[in-house]
Amino acid sequence: MSAKNPPRPSWITLRPRGAKFSYRIDRRVPLIALIIATFTIVVLVFSINYGQYNMTVGDVVLTLLGLNKDHPDYRNFALVVHTFRLPRILLSFLVGMALATSGTIMQGITRNPLADPYLLGVSSGAGLAAVVLIVAVKTISLYWLPWAALGGALLTAAGIYTFAWKNGTSSPIRLILIGIAIEAVLAAVTSTILLFGQINDVQQAYVWLAGSVYGRNWEHVYAIGGWLLIFLPAAMLMARQLNTLGLGEDTAKGLGQRVEWQRGVLLFISVTLAAVAVSVSGTIGFIGLIAPHITRRLVGPSHEGLIPASALFGGALLVLADLVGRWVIAPSELPIGVVTAMIGAPYFMYLLYRNRNA
Amino acid sequence: MTQLNAAHLSLSYDNTHIIHDLSVTIPTHKITALVGPNGCGKSTLLRGISRLLKPRRGNVVLDTHDIWSMPTKELAKRLGILPQGPVAPEGLTVHELVAQGRYPHQSWLQQWSPEDERITLEALEITDIAAFADRPVDTLSGGQRQRAWIAMTLAQDSDLILLDEPTTFLDLAYQIDVLNLLHDLNVERGKTIVMVLHDLNQACRYADFLVALCGGEIRAQGAPSEVVTEDLVNSVFGVESRIMQDPITDTPLIIPISHRRKTNLTETVLPSREMNLMPERETA
Repeated sequence: MSAKNPPRPSWITLRPRGAKFSYRIDRRVPLIALIIATFTIVVLVFSINYGQYNMTVGDVVLTLLGLNKDHPDYRNFALVVHTFRLPRILLSFLVGMALATSGTIMQGITRNPLADPYLLGVSSGAGLAAVVLIVAVKTISLYWLPWAALGGALLTAAGIYTFAWKNGTSSPIRLILIGIAIEAVLAAVTSTILLFGQINDVQQAYVWLAGSVYGRNWEHVYAIGGWLLIFLPAAMLMARQLNTLGLGEDTAKGLGQRVEWQRGVLLFISVTLAAVAVSVSGTIGFIGLIAPHITRRLVGPSHEGLIPASALFGGALLVLADLVGRWVIAPSELPIGVVTAMIGAPYFMYLLYRNRNA
Repeated sequence: MTQLNAAHLSLSYDNTHIIHDLSVTIPTHKITALVGPNGCGKSTLLRGISRLLKPRRGNVVLDTHDIWSMPTKELAKRLGILPQGPVAPEGLTVHELVAQGRYPHQSWLQQWSPEDERITLEALEITDIAAFADRPVDTLSGGQRQRAWIAMTLAQDSDLILLDEPTTFLDLAYQIDVLNLLHDLNVERGKTIVMVLHDLNQACRYADFLVALCGGEIRAQGAPSEVVTEDLVNSVFGVESRIMQDPITDTPLIIPISHRRKTNLTETVLPSREMNLMPERETA
């Protein structure tokens, strides 16, 4: 080898002393993650601060940390923060994380920056199940709505994956095309049911379909938090597989990757995260498309750092969207899904414009 | 020593049979070129012997193991394949691309070892792309990009390197550049190289062993100077030609006969077969 200085790698290797573990992240990740984390905390605090009951930002922080228990209004503070505001805000954050992670994986698998978490019919499957429960089968308690949505989403994704299977493979392009076809059918059935439903039920169903975190409680937070605790680290461990898939199927096979198996596991993680998110909040669009996309431009295309950074960013974005939704037409509120669509649609068009020659 | 052998191989896409009952042995530590007209099955054969395409019948054996029964990573440590016209994700740097060649040497928890680091740097040096290791692959020229991909395959650290049309879509200077690089890898590092080439003259120049395919069958195989004849070129490519000795490398040089000019040139300008047309080279 020559005596020249070897090029400095564009990554940092995390190799804890004594542990049989090493992980490689882009060297831009720590700084960007710090910036996003700061942004997240600021947005979280302001979001908790905003509402009918007036309290100072200082009070919010102290209440969160439990440092003002001797304040005369502490009981009120605690009620507002812990019971009313924190659950829905944390839920927004976790849903944003789940959707962003799901979207990052989906864009990686399909090698398409315009792919989103709902590519495999998660939204239409969950939507149909929810509409059936709300509008058609009124005997079942709405407590089961998240479970029905989760079931509908997973079932639809499994169906699309099965239909796309041919000669021992399921190529992304077949997944996309069959996904579009099945989604169209499910959407038609959903519309038909809505058409014959009672007006109140239909309105309620529409709010769910638009995506909303209104009135959610800690139970929902724990549910999605638990799934994330398993699947986010799993996705990060599989980041290397996503990188390899990104070089194209033949190259990946040449490098010794069991493409079909790895892609299947990654699809499963992506679909499950999206389905869990939809089950607690309805279909919130665009976050799973935008968060990975913007983050990729900040930290590069390697997934080891991209997955956690984009999860964090997705969470922050959704908390911001929730805040905007509560603010624009206060004291009424816009469903969070409407806000993300209003921000997301123009960005999507910008993406399409930028990719017009690709 | 890694020996790649295909026996009674039949390859097809869906119901289109491309190759039927073909057997070939890839000479170790040599450069082998697969040549033939479009649709002759040369790329299909390459895919067949690199496990990208499952054979309908027959088997491919690496040393003593059927490649389809080996663990995928074990195969990848011994046989690297660079597909035709690979595309890197937007923004991926050369260094990162080359690092991905270490995939078969890694595991779930050990994702990056000092050895990975060392071999990646070595691959960058050998292919002479260390200077732009930090540049995104999609901003490179065609020739530099192809070098980066070859470096990735090199980082895989396999004895055998298979390449599907590594020079297609490149300017002439880059074609020569890439072929020279492959030649050096063969001579200096003992890599066994198998490549599909479009240009018969380049194949004659750079390959030690030529496999000429037509209609999914091997029409000839052996050293270019032994197997390339005017009859072979006619029967494989359907082109009439004259064959001279390449003045630089002494390998066969095929001159296709142009229909447009044939009538008035055959008599006067085109050399007869018997004449030795080696231009006298000045020794400086």
